[in-house]
Amino acid sequence: MAAPTSDLHYLTVREMADALRARRMSSYELTQAHLLRIERLDPSLGAYLAVTAERALAQARAADERIANGTAGPLTGIPMQLKDNLSTGGVRTTCASRILENYTPAYDATVARRLADAGAVLLGKGNMDEFAMGSSTETSAYKPARNPWDTDRVPGGSSGGPAVAVAAGEAAFSLGSDTGGSIRQPAALCGVVGLKPTYGAVSRYGLIAFASSLDQIGPFTRTVEDAALVMNAIAGYDPNDSTSMPAPAPDFLLGLNDGIRGLRVGIVCEFMGDGIDPDVANATRIAIAELERLGATVRDVSLPHANAALAVYYIIAPTECSANLSRYDGVKFGMSDQDTKGLWPAMESTRRHGFGAEVKRRILLGTYALSSGYYDAYYLKAQQVRTIIRREFAEAFQQVDVLVTPTSPTVAFKLGERISDPVRMHASDVCTVPVNIAGIPGISVPCGFVHGLPVGLQILGPHLSEPTLLRVAHAYEQATGWHRMHPGI
Amino acid sequence: MGVSGSRGHCYTWRVMTEYEPVIGLEVHAQIRTRSKMFCGCPADYHDAPPNSHVCPVCLALPGSLPVINREAVRAVIMTGLALRATIAEHTKFDRKNYTYPDLMKGYQISQYDLPICTGGYLEFDLDGQTKRVGITRVHLEEDVAKLFHRIDPATGEPYSLVDVNRSGVPLMEMVGEPDIRSAEEARQYLMKYRAILQFLGVSEGNMEEGNFRCDANVSIRPKGSREYGTKVEVKNMNSFRAVYRALQFELERQARLLDGGKRVAQETRGWVEERGETVSMRSKEHAHDYRYFPEPDLPPLHISRAWVSEIAERTPELPDEKRARYVTHYGLSAYDAAMLTLAPATARFFEGVLEAGGDGRAAAIAKPAANWIITEFGRLLNDTRTQIEESNVKPAHLAELIGLIEQNVIGTAQAKTAFEEMFRSGKTAKAVVDELGLRQITDSGALADSVRQAIAQYPQAVDDFRKGKDAASKFLVGQVMKLTKGKANPTVVAQVVKEQLEALR
Ligand SMILES: [Zn+2]
Repeated sequence: MAAPTSDLHYLTVREMADALRARRMSSYELTQAHLLRIERLDPSLGAYLAVTAERALAQARAADERIANGTAGPLTGIPMQLKDNLSTGGVRTTCASRILENYTPAYDATVARRLADAGAVLLGKGNMDEFAMGSSTETSAYKPARNPWDTDRVPGGSSGGPAVAVAAGEAAFSLGSDTGGSIRQPAALCGVVGLKPTYGAVSRYGLIAFASSLDQIGPFTRTVEDAALVMNAIAGYDPNDSTSMPAPAPDFLLGLNDGIRGLRVGIVCEFMGDGIDPDVANATRIAIAELERLGATVRDVSLPHANAALAVYYIIAPTECSANLSRYDGVKFGMSDQDTKGLWPAMESTRRHGFGAEVKRRILLGTYALSSGYYDAYYLKAQQVRTIIRREFAEAFQQVDVLVTPTSPTVAFKLGERISDPVRMHASDVCTVPVNIAGIPGISVPCGFVHGLPVGLQILGPHLSEPTLLRVAHAYEQATGWHRMHPGI
Repeated sequence: MGVSGSRGHCYTWRVMTEYEPVIGLEVHAQIRTRSKMFCGCPADYHDAPPNSHVCPVCLALPGSLPVINREAVRAVIMTGLALRATIAEHTKFDRKNYTYPDLMKGYQISQYDLPICTGGYLEFDLDGQTKRVGITRVHLEEDVAKLFHRIDPATGEPYSLVDVNRSGVPLMEMVGEPDIRSAEEARQYLMKYRAILQFLGVSEGNMEEGNFRCDANVSIRPKGSREYGTKVEVKNMNSFRAVYRALQFELERQARLLDGGKRVAQETRGWVEERGETVSMRSKEHAHDYRYFPEPDLPPLHISRAWVSEIAERTPELPDEKRARYVTHYGLSAYDAAMLTLAPATARFFEGVLEAGGDGRAAAIAKPAANWIITEFGRLLNDTRTQIEESNVKPAHLAELIGLIEQNVIGTAQAKTAFEEMFRSGKTAKAVVDELGLRQITDSGALADSVRQAIAQYPQAVDDFRKGKDAASKFLVGQVMKLTKGKANPTVVAQVVKEQLEALR
C-alpha cells in the first residue's frame, strides 16, 4: 500500500480548478503533464484506447483564454477522459470492438458536448469491455486494462479504463457507463469514487447502447466533491433523450457538508453473507460503524428478491443488446468484410469476425429469450420480477434513507482468472445489478483495503437521491481519508 | 371496371356464385408531417438529392435516440376518430426485429400489442348500397430507406444503392377486418380510405409514388361455409387498378385450385403487373420471427382525453359529411355531390367557386359550378393529365364565367370556347371573352341585317312559313346564328326573324 501523496496528478478537480484560477499553473501545463504521465504509465496500465493529444492541447489553450477573460467554469481546463462508448464527434469511438475499429462519430454525445461547453479538456478515450459487456475489461478487443494497485489484477469493468485513469492520475476525472455495475465495481476495485445516477438523470444521447433500459452515464473521480462538480456539468434534461427526466437538475454541491446526523442507514443482509468475501464483508462492517459514529442509525433490511436481480439482468440486458447491436452489419459504418461476396454472407462474416465471444454470447442469449414461444417465460417474467425488485427497494426506502452494501463481493481478481468462466464473472455484479434493475442511484466510495487492494462501499438511495448519496459518501470520505491513498506507480 | 384477363371471365362468375371471397387489407400510408417520425429531418423527400435528409437518428448512428413526433401521433388519432375507432389512453412503441439493408437500425420502431387505435369501421357505397368493413387497428411506425438495384455495366455484377431520405418517415398502418367480399369492394374500400386521409390532410395517398401502399390477405371458401380457407398474402400492388386485377386474379387462381381438387398453399405472392398474375414470393414456413419487445428508448405514451377532444374539434370535414352538405345546402344531386367529394382538391375548388361567386349567391351558382367542374373541366383535366389544383383555371375564373352566362353576356357555346381558352392560357373569363370577341349580340337593330340576308338567301323558307310551317322560322334562326358565328343571342334572333316574316306575310 502506498502512502498518501500530494503529487500534481492526484490533485482533486476542485484543487486543479483553484490552481488554474489562481494562475499557479495553466491548463496547457496541466494537460501536458497528464499527457506525459499517460505516455509513461499507460503502456503498462491500458487505461486509454486513444489519446487525443493535439486536440487536448488546443482545448487547453482555449481554456486558458477563458480563464484569462473570466468566463471559466469549475471544469474549465480540467483534463479528463471519456469511456470509449461515448460518441465524440471527429474522435474515433470503438466501444473496444473490432466492429467499430474505424468508426468516427459525426456527432457528440450530450455529455461530451456539455463537458466541452464547460471547457473540460478531452485527453482521450477510455478502455472498456467490448460494448460494455464484462466485469474485468478483459473482453476489450484491443488490450486489457490493469489495476494500478497490482498490475497482475483486473481493474474491474466494464469501465476499467476510466477507473484506472482516475486511480493512476492519468485523468482528473472520467465518465463511464453503468448497466449492471460498470461504474461502481471498477471504482471499488481501483479505489476511486464512482457514481451511477438515477436512470434518466443524465442523457444517454450518444452513449453507444448496450442495454437501453439499464444504461446510465456517471462520473469517476478521486473525491465525492469532484463527483458532484462533474454531475453539475452533465446532469439534466435533454430533449434528444426521451427517457431523460424533464425535471431541472439540482446543484449537487448543495448540502454536501451537512453531515449525516440522524440519517437512517439500512444494511442489505442478502449482501453481507454467502457469496461475499469475509474480508470484504468485514471492511464493510467497519465502514458502517463509522457511519454510526458520524450520527447515523443503522438497521438490517431485507430485499428478498435482490438475488433474483442477476437472473433478471441476464434476460433484459441481452434482449435489449440483441436489438441494439443489429445495426453493426458492415453496410453503413464500422468494419465491413468486403472480401466475402454477396450481401448476406458479407454481413454474416462481418459480425462473425467483428464481435468478440462475450458479445456474441449475449446477442444469442437475447435473441433466444425473445424468440417466438419464449417471450412470456423469459422477457415477460423478467419484467415482472423487475417490478417486484423495484417495489422492494421502494418499501425499504420507507424505512431507511440509504442502503449500504459492499460494491463488489471480492477485491480485484487476477487477469485470466474468470474470463473463461462467464457465470463466475457475472457473479462479480451481484451487489450492483439490482440497482440498475430498480433504476435507482448508487455510489461506490473507497472504504479501505484487503490484502493491499481497495474495497468499495456502495451507498444506495431512492430515485433522484443523488444529493443524499453524495452527502453520506462525502461525510464518510472526509472522516476516513481513504481518498488520500494512491497506488505507488 | 372489370379488367380481368379474358381467360378469367367464366371464373369471375364461378367465384361469384360458388365461392365466397374473404379479403382483408393492410394499408400503409405515409403521414404528411413536417419532420420525420423520430428525428427533426424533413419528412418530404420529393426532389431531394439522395441521402440529404439524414441525421444521426435516421442513419441509426450508434448512440442516437428516437424522439416521438407528436404531429404524427395526432394524425393517427384524427384518422382513428374518422374511422370511429377507440383511441388508446395508454400506448407504447415496440421494436420489430429483422435484418434488411433498407432497415437502418436492424429493427423497426412500430407498435405491437397496444396500437393507438383499435376497432372502428369504414363505409363506402357500391351498387347503391352502403357496405361497412371493420377496422382492426391503426398504428404508427417508421418507413425504411429506399434501395436501388443496379448492374455494374463493366462487370455485370449486381449491386444496390441506399437512399436514407425515406428512412424514418412516419408511416400509419391500418389493418382491416376480412369483411371484403370482392375485388371491386376492395378497390372501393381503398379509395374511400384514401379519400378520408386526403380530406383529413393526413396523407397524400398516392399509390404510384408509394406513399400509400396496400397488402391483401385473400382466401375463398364455398358459399355458406363458416370456416375460412387458406390465406394468401398478396403484395406489390402499386395502383388501384393493380389491386383490382391482382385480387381478381388471385380469387380465380384459388377457385381453380379448389375446383381441381388441389389445396391452396399458405404463402406470400407478389403481383407482377406486366404478366398480369401473382407469383409465389415465400412460403409461410420461412416466416419471420420479429421478436417484438417494448422500445426501451421511448417511455409509454399517454394520450389524454383532452387532447383527443381537441383533435376531434379540429378535424376537417370528412367526405361523407361534405357530400351530405352539398345535397342539403346546395340541392346538388347525390351523383354530383359524390363526384365533387372524391378528392379534397375538387371539393376545395368547388367551394372556392362558391366563395368567389359572392355573398348569398352560393346556392344559385352551385349547380352550374358542379356541372362545369364535373363535365367540361373534368374532361380537360383528364385529357391533359393535369391536377385540378395545378390547373390554370382558378375558382374565381370559373365563378366569373358562370356570372357572364347568367347575365347573357355570352351563350353556352361561346362559354365552352371561352373555358377552353381560359384552361389553356390562365386568363380570366372577361379577358378571354373580349379577346376572342365572344360577347353575344343582343341588339335587334344590329341583327336585322343578318336576318334580311338569311331571308334573301332562302326564299323557300318564306314560302314554307306562309304555308304555316313553324319549322321554317327555326331554320332561319339557325342560319342567322351561323352568319353571326354563334354570337347572336338566339332569343333576340328569333324575335327579329318573326317580325320580318310577319312583315312579308
Ligand atoms: Zn433524421
